[in-house]
Amino acid sequence: MAEITYRDALNQALAEEMERDDQVFLMGEEVALYSGAYKVSQGLLQKFGEKRVIDAPITEAGFVGLGIGAAHVGMKPVIEVMTYNFAILALDQIINNAAKLRYMSDGQYSVPMVLRGPGGAGGSLGAQHSQALEQQFVHIPGLKVVMPATPHDAKGLLKAAIRDPDPVMFIESEKLYNVKGEVPEGEYLLPIGRAEVKKEGSDVTIITWSRMLTAAVLPAVERLEAEEGISCEVVDAMTLRPLDYDTLVNSIRKTNRCVIVEEAWPQASVGSWISHEMQKRAFDYLDAPIGHVHQEDVPMPYAFNLEEAALPSPAKVVEAVKKVCYAD
Amino acid sequence: MASKTQSKKSSGGKTPKSAAGGHEIKTHATAHGKARAAQYTSDDESVPIGRPPVRLEEERLIEIHRQMLLCRRFEERTAQMYQMRKIQGFCHLYIGQEAVAVGSVAALEKQDYIFQTYRDHAHALIRGISAREVMAELFGKKTGCSGGKGGSMHMYKAETGMMGGNGIVGGHVPLATGVAFKSAYNDLPEVTICYMGEAAVNQGVFHECLNMASLWNLPIIYIVENNLYGMGTAVHRASAEDQLYKRTEGAYRIPGVRCDGMDVLEVYAEVKAAADRARNDRRPTFIEAITYRYRGHSMSDPATSYRNKAEVQHWQERDPIARLQAQYPKLFTEEMVKAADEKIKEEVQDAIKFADESDFPGPEALYTNVYVDCQGYPKKQD
Ligand SMILES: Cc1ncc(C[n+]2csc(CCOP(=O)(O)OP(=O)(O)O)c2C)c(N)n1
Ligand SMILES: [Mg+2]
Repeated sequence: MAEITYRDALNQALAEEMERDDQVFLMGEEVALYSGAYKVSQGLLQKFGEKRVIDAPITEAGFVGLGIGAAHVGMKPVIEVMTYNFAILALDQIINNAAKLRYMSDGQYSVPMVLRGPGGAGGSLGAQHSQALEQQFVHIPGLKVVMPATPHDAKGLLKAAIRDPDPVMFIESEKLYNVKGEVPEGEYLLPIGRAEVKKEGSDVTIITWSRMLTAAVLPAVERLEAEEGISCEVVDAMTLRPLDYDTLVNSIRKTNRCVIVEEAWPQASVGSWISHEMQKRAFDYLDAPIGHVHQEDVPMPYAFNLEEAALPSPAKVVEAVKKVCYAD
Repeated sequence: MASKTQSKKSSGGKTPKSAAGGHEIKTHATAHGKARAAQYTSDDESVPIGRPPVRLEEERLIEIHRQMLLCRRFEERTAQMYQMRKIQGFCHLYIGQEAVAVGSVAALEKQDYIFQTYRDHAHALIRGISAREVMAELFGKKTGCSGGKGGSMHMYKAETGMMGGNGIVGGHVPLATGVAFKSAYNDLPEVTICYMGEAAVNQGVFHECLNMASLWNLPIIYIVENNLYGMGTAVHRASAEDQLYKRTEGAYRIPGVRCDGMDVLEVYAEVKAAADRARNDRRPTFIEAITYRYRGHSMSDPATSYRNKAEVQHWQERDPIARLQAQYPKLFTEEMVKAADEKIKEEVQDAIKFADESDFPGPEALYTNVYVDCQGYPKKQD
C-alpha cells in the first residue's frame, strides 16, 4: 500500500470519478489555473480541460446554487468552497434548495452534488476563518455530512459522495491535507453513513471525527493507556448525517463509558446531539455521565497561545476520560 | 456580439387598446420626499418597447387565448377556494399578468425549462401540468403535482420542464442558471427561462448569476415580471435605477430589453428572439416585461394602502385578454369567446371536484423523499 497525503487521496478520488463519468465537473474559486487554494485539484485542469475544471468568480451563493441547479437535472457537480467558512454565504442555496428540492417535489428531483472544502481551524487564521461549522448542515434534513479523518477514508468517501444521489457536504481539514496515510492501489468506495471503530478498547468509548481523531484523541489514548492503564475504544463517526447510531451504541454497551470529542463550539453542537442520543439509546449501560470535549465557547482568537487554549487538546481529552472513569 | 437592445419604439403595428399618451402612474413619495412618478405605463414613449407584434396562425392564437383565459378562471376559483379554506397558507395570484407567462412559454420548445417564483400557478398550467394536478396541489392532496408536499409556491412536474415555484425571492435564479449550464456543458439545444418579480433584481444572487451566465455563455432568458410592486413597495422605492432593463448591458454585457407585458404577442416576439439567440448563439438575455397584478400581493393583502383604484383601473383597461380579443375581432367573436370560456370553466370545476375528492397524503409520506437513499435515516421519530 502506498503512503500518500490526504490532499493526494482527494485528488485521486476526483480524477478517478471525473474519468469515470463525464457529468462530473469541478467548480470553485481558484480550482483550475491556480490548482486550488490548497492544491487539491492539482493537475486536474491539465487532465480534463477548462470545460470540466472551472474557475468561478467569488460568488458563493451563485456557483453553489448553479451546482444545485445542474445537479437536479442530472449532472454530478463537485463544488469546492475555498473553506467552509464561505459556504455560509450560500446557506440559503444549500438549505432551501439542495436539501429540499427532492422533498418539495415529492421525489421528482434529487440533488447529487458534492460541496467540499476544508472546515475547522487552520492555524492562526483568526476568528472568521477558523470555524467548525458542521452543525449548520447536520441540522438540515435532506443533507448528508461526511467528515473523513484519514487519507484512506478521504478517498473512499469522496468517491462515494460523488456517486451518491443526494447532496453531500464533504468537510475536509486544512490541517489534514499534508497528513500521510496508507491508501490502497486501485478503486475502492467507503459507505456513507457508517462509523468505524478505529481502535478497540474496553474501558471507555471515545467518539470523534475529522481532525480531532489524530490531533487530540489518538495522542491522548496513547497516554491514557501507557500512564493510566485505561483501555480506550476510539470510534470515528466519519459521517455525521446520517449517523451510524448502532456502531456508537454497540461500543458503549461494551465499555459503559463515553467521551465525545469535537472541534466545534458546545451549544447545540453535533456532539451534544450525539450525547443526547447515546443517553437515550444506552442509558442502562452507562456508568457515568457522558463527557464532552469541545472548542471553548468563544470566537477563535488569533494569538497562537490562545488558539491552542481554545481548541480541544490531548490533555483535555485525557482529563475528560479520567473523569468518566472516576480516575481524576 | 451585437446587442439587440432597441433604442426606439417600433412604430408600426401597434394595437388598438394600447392608447398612446404617456399616462403616468403616481405612486407614493420616496422616503426622502421627492415624489417621483413611476413611468411604467405600457404606453410610455420614452422607453424602448416593442418588437413589431408577430403574426401567428389562428390555431396558435386560439390556444394562446385559451391559456390566458384558463389562468384567469383558475385563479378566480383559487381565490374562492381559499376563502372556503380548501386552500391555506401563502397563496399568490397571477390575475392581470397572464400575457407574460403565456406569451413567453409559447415561444419555447418542448425540451426547454422554466423556473418561477411563488406566483406559479399559471406557469404550471401553461407548461403542461393539468388543472387537476395544480388544484390538487393547492388543496394539499396526494394527487397534486408535488404529491401535496409542495403547495402553492412549489409546483413541479419534471417531465414538463416546469422546474418549480420557489419561495425565496431570488433563490431560484442560481438553479435556473445551473440548468442552463447543464445545457451548455452537454451542448444541448435547450433554453431556460428564469422568471422573477422585479424585487428580485436587488438580491445578490441575481447579480452573481447574470455575471456567470454572460461569462460562460449560458442559454438562458431572465424575465422580470415587473408588476410595479414587491408586496407594497413600488419599484422606484426599491431600485435606484428603476428602468431595470438598463441594468444588465453595462454591468454584465447582457442585453436588456423592455416589453409590454400586457401584450401577449409582444411578449412572444421578444422571448422568441431571445430564445433563438440563446439556442443559436448561446447568449443570455434580460427582458423586463411591464405588467400589473390586479389582486393583492397574496390572499391576505387587500392592496389598498400603497395604490389606488384609478391605478388599478388604468391597467385593467389594458387587460391582456381583452387586448388580444380586440386585436383579432374576427377571430375572437363574442360567441367564440363565450364557448371557450364555458369549456374552461368546466375544466376548472372538474379540477376542483377532483382535488376535493382526492385523499390527503398518508402519514407514511411524511418521511418519504427526504433522501434518494439514506440508510439509517429514520422512518419516524423514535
Ligand atoms: C429572501 C426573501 N425575502 C423576503 C421575502 C418575502 N417576500 C415574499 S414576496 C416579496 C415581494 C417580492 O416582489 P416581486 O419580486 O416584485 O414579485 P411579485 O410578488 O411582485 O411577483 C417579499 C418581500 C421572501 N419570500 N424571500
Ligand atoms: Mg413585483
